[in-house]
Amino acid sequence: MRATFIKSLIEYATQDPDVYLIAGDVGFSVVEAFAQQFPTRYFNAGVAEQNMIGVAAGLAMAGKKVYVYTIIPFLTKRCFEQVRLDICYQELPVKLIGVGGGFSYGPMGTTHHALEDVALMRSLPGMTVIAPGSKFEVQHLSSDIHAVPSPMYVRLSNNEEKVVYPQNISITLGKALEIVPSDVAYIAATGNALDAAFVACQELRNLGYDIGLVSMPTIKPLDANFFLEKQAGLQAIFTVEEHSVIGGLGEAMARMVCENFEKKIIFKAFGVNDFYFHVTGPRSYLNDQAGLSAEKLVKEIEKRLDPLSFVSPTRFSPERSRRVGTNGP
Amino acid sequence: MKNHQHQLSQKLSEELAAAALTCRKYIVDMLTPAKSSHLGCSFSIIDILVVLYHRILDIEKIKTQDRTRDYFLLSKGHGAAALYAVLASVDLIASEELKKYHHPDSALAGHPTRDLTKGIEASTGSLGHGLSMGVGLALAAQHDQRPSKVYVLVGDGESQEGSIWEAVAMATRFALDNLIIIVDYNNLQGLDRTDDIMPNLAEKFVAFGCHVTTIDGHCHQTLLSTFKTLANTGKPSVIIAKTIKGKGIAFIQDKLEWHYRSFNPEQHDIALKELENS
Repeated sequence: MRATFIKSLIEYATQDPDVYLIAGDVGFSVVEAFAQQFPTRYFNAGVAEQNMIGVAAGLAMAGKKVYVYTIIPFLTKRCFEQVRLDICYQELPVKLIGVGGGFSYGPMGTTHHALEDVALMRSLPGMTVIAPGSKFEVQHLSSDIHAVPSPMYVRLSNNEEKVVYPQNISITLGKALEIVPSDVAYIAATGNALDAAFVACQELRNLGYDIGLVSMPTIKPLDANFFLEKQAGLQAIFTVEEHSVIGGLGEAMARMVCENFEKKIIFKAFGVNDFYFHVTGPRSYLNDQAGLSAEKLVKEIEKRLDPLSFVSPTRFSPERSRRVGTNGP
Repeated sequence: MKNHQHQLSQKLSEELAAAALTCRKYIVDMLTPAKSSHLGCSFSIIDILVVLYHRILDIEKIKTQDRTRDYFLLSKGHGAAALYAVLASVDLIASEELKKYHHPDSALAGHPTRDLTKGIEASTGSLGHGLSMGVGLALAAQHDQRPSKVYVLVGDGESQEGSIWEAVAMATRFALDNLIIIVDYNNLQGLDRTDDIMPNLAEKFVAFGCHVTTIDGHCHQTLLSTFKTLANTGKPSVIIAKTIKGKGIAFIQDKLEWHYRSFNPEQHDIALKELENS
C-alpha cells in the first residue's frame, strides 16, 4: 500500500514542481525512489514531529504542495496541535500520509498502534480523512487525493489484500464502494478491517443471509447518500474498523443513521473497545482479541440477524431488532 | 551589547519615535475597552515592530502579496495588539478597525489569524508554532532562490517550548541565513522571571549554531542598524532584543501583573498622558 502510494506520488511530482515529500525518519525502502528522483523536494525532518508539521505548513504558505510521511501515532498525536493550527486552521494543502493503521505494527506494542487517529483527524474542521482498504483502492484514489487542495489525512495499513472487487467498480473520493450488493443489510468497513469484513460477509452469505459489503475509504466526508438512498429496504448496518469504537467510522455512521433514518434499524459498530492491550502479538492475534477477526464478526453479526428474515426481507421482525440491538459484547 | 556609532538622521529618528508613540496609543485604546490582557508584552515588542514595518519590510510587496516579499511572523501571538497597531500604522489595517479588537464578529482576536489582505502572515497564539512555519518559508525561499527574508519574533518564555529547538536545529542544518529570529527578551513570563526558569538563552542559540547578537530592543537606531547589517553567514541569525514589559508607562513597566491586567478609565488617561509627555 505504501509503495503503491509513493509510486503515484512520484508520477504526480513529475508533473508538478511544487510537490514536496517530508519523511519523519521513517520509510526505509519506501521513500528512496522519490528522494532519488527529486532530491531538492525531499528531506528527512528527523525525529522532531512538531517541527516537521510546522515546516510543512510554512512550505505550503509559500505555495508548495507538501506530503508528510511517518508512522501514524507520531503524525497525528505527537503533533496534534500543529496539525490543528498550522495546517487545518490555516487551510493549507498539506497531506498527512500515515502508515501503520490499526494493529499494523501489532507486536511493536501500544506505542505504535493507531487506534485513536481517525477520531482525532475527523474532529478537525476542513480535514478530509481517507483510509483505503487495499492497494487497489489506493491506486484508484491517488489522483483524487493529489487533486484535493486542502488538508487531508491518508491512513495506510498493512492489508492482506483478500478483497475481490466487482468488475468495473468506480472508485471515487468521497463515495462508498459497494463490493457485495444487498437490499437488506450491509457491513460497512474501512481501512485494513476490510479484509476481515469481506471474509465475514462471504461466510454470512454462505450461511444464507442476505447481507452486502461496502468499503468506506473516505471516512470524512461520510457518504451518507449511499445509505439514505437505500433506506426503504435497509434493516441492518454493521460497521467494522481497526480503530477505537470511539470517534471512528462506527460513530460517524451511527450519527448519520440517528439523524437521518426515518425508521429503526439494527446497528452495531465493531471496533476496538475502550481499553489498552497490555499483551503483544501479531496483528491477527490482536484483531481476534478485539473481536475483529472474521470468525468473531460472523458470530456477532449472526446473533443480530434472523436468518429467515434476512433471506426474505419481508419477514423481518422489528421486535427482534429492538431486542438484539442492545445486546452487544 | 553592540555599540552603534552611526547616528540616525534627526528626521528618521523623529519619524520612528512618532510611529512608536502612535502604536503605543493605539494599543492603550484597543486594550482598555476590551478589558484585555497582554498589555506588557505588546509594549515590549512595539519598537521592534515599528522599525521592521517602517524601515525594513517593503509594505507594497506585502500589500500585493508579492512572492519576493520579506515575511514577518509573530510567533508569540499574544502580542497581537502590537501587530495590529503597527499594521494600522502602515495602512495595512484601517485604524478604525482597531476599535473592534476583541469585539463580537471582529477578525481581530487576542491572537492573530492569518489574513494576507491585512499583512498577517500566520495564525499564531499557541507558543512554539511560528518558528517552524518560518523555517518552512525560509526553506522554500532558499529552494526557489527568492531573496525573501523571514523574520520571526519569539518570546523568551516561548523559547522553553521544545518545538522551538527542533526548529532551530533544522534552521542551522539547512544554513537558513535568510531566517532572522528575534527574541523579545523581557525576562518576564506567566508566573516568573524567565531567567529563573531557563537561563543562558543566548548561549543555547550559539550552541545550536546560530549567529547571535544581543541588543537594546527599544533603541530604534540599534534595531535598524542590526537589521541592516545582518551578514549572510550561512547561519540563521538570532537577535536577542533586551526589552522591558510595559516599556513607556512607568506604573506598568517590568511588573508581572501587567501581563494580565487591563487599564481602568483613570489608568488609561494617565497612561496616554505619560506617553504624550515622553
